[in-house]
Amino acid sequence: MELLDIIKPENQVFCKTKLMTDTPLSYCPGCGHGTAHNITMEVIDEMGIQEDTIGVAPVGCSVLAYDFMNIDMTQAAHGRAPAVATAIARTWPKKYVFTYQGDGDLAAIGTAETIHACNRGENIVIIFINNGIYGMTGGQMAPTTLEGMKSSTSPFGRDIKTMGSPLKMTELVAQLPGTYFVTRQAVHTHKHVRKAKKAIRQAFENLKLNKGISFVEIVSNCNSGWKMTPNDANEWMVDNMFPYYPLGDIKVNGKLK
Amino acid sequence: MAKVKGAIVVDTEVCKGCEVCIPVCNDNVILMSKEVNRKGYHYAYMENPEACTGCTNCAIVCPDRAISVYRVKVST
Repeated sequence: MELLDIIKPENQVFCKTKLMTDTPLSYCPGCGHGTAHNITMEVIDEMGIQEDTIGVAPVGCSVLAYDFMNIDMTQAAHGRAPAVATAIARTWPKKYVFTYQGDGDLAAIGTAETIHACNRGENIVIIFINNGIYGMTGGQMAPTTLEGMKSSTSPFGRDIKTMGSPLKMTELVAQLPGTYFVTRQAVHTHKHVRKAKKAIRQAFENLKLNKGISFVEIVSNCNSGWKMTPNDANEWMVDNMFPYYPLGDIKVNGKLK
Repeated sequence: MAKVKGAIVVDTEVCKGCEVCIPVCNDNVILMSKEVNRKGYHYAYMENPEACTGCTNCAIVCPDRAISVYRVKVST
């Protein structure tokens, strides 16, 4: 069978979702942000809630999300996305509100907003991309940077004595009574992408049922911040990030696992 | 027995040559081209088109969604 016989519109089984615009993604080659954007939009497309979804993009690499996601988006000050999302969700209780934040945003400057939004149990989804570094500003140390990990502001590796331990934000918010669904996923292989997509789908289904906050962490790579090729960065992530940030559901249906 | 044959189409201008699609392909279909696109990236192409089963693994890990997948059932 010739290739041209296979490549016909009726045989197409996968293509880019229409909810992503044609603007080329500004992310570095191999960055997990692109996959996370796409699976989020695929979930919204599959649920048919494009008209009723409002996204909040904060500051960081994800700041340009409104250029790529073909839904209503708004911008928040650094770290304040859960606070802005709270306001939107309370003004329009029937809308699907989600925030899409990085670790420098959610776990550093936005710690207070995140913890209090989770504690209040607002009806929003938080998608948290954890790559252990401030990607956009040049690879500075973030609260989630691993012990001994080199960054541009910790050139000799993170020293626990002076810089503290990496912050496990997801375990932290799982302890709060307001959170309903807390999980940690990854997007570096096809299996993990499928699982992450299921988790995001579950989070948006919870939103539909007014169950409270759903918190989806996605452990991602930052190949330019870590100064590796994308595939090396993914391997490094499996060897070093996953032992400290184990994947899996932490809280399901309001009960800790 | 019905056999499945697949094919991928890479949007060469969108591909950034990150090579994430290469290790997830179980049939070693994809390689990077020697040519570069307008941005200067080497792009993915089907080196071994006969082996492709259209499993969509490459397309769902592609951060830029540069790959579309086609699949047909062939009766032998």
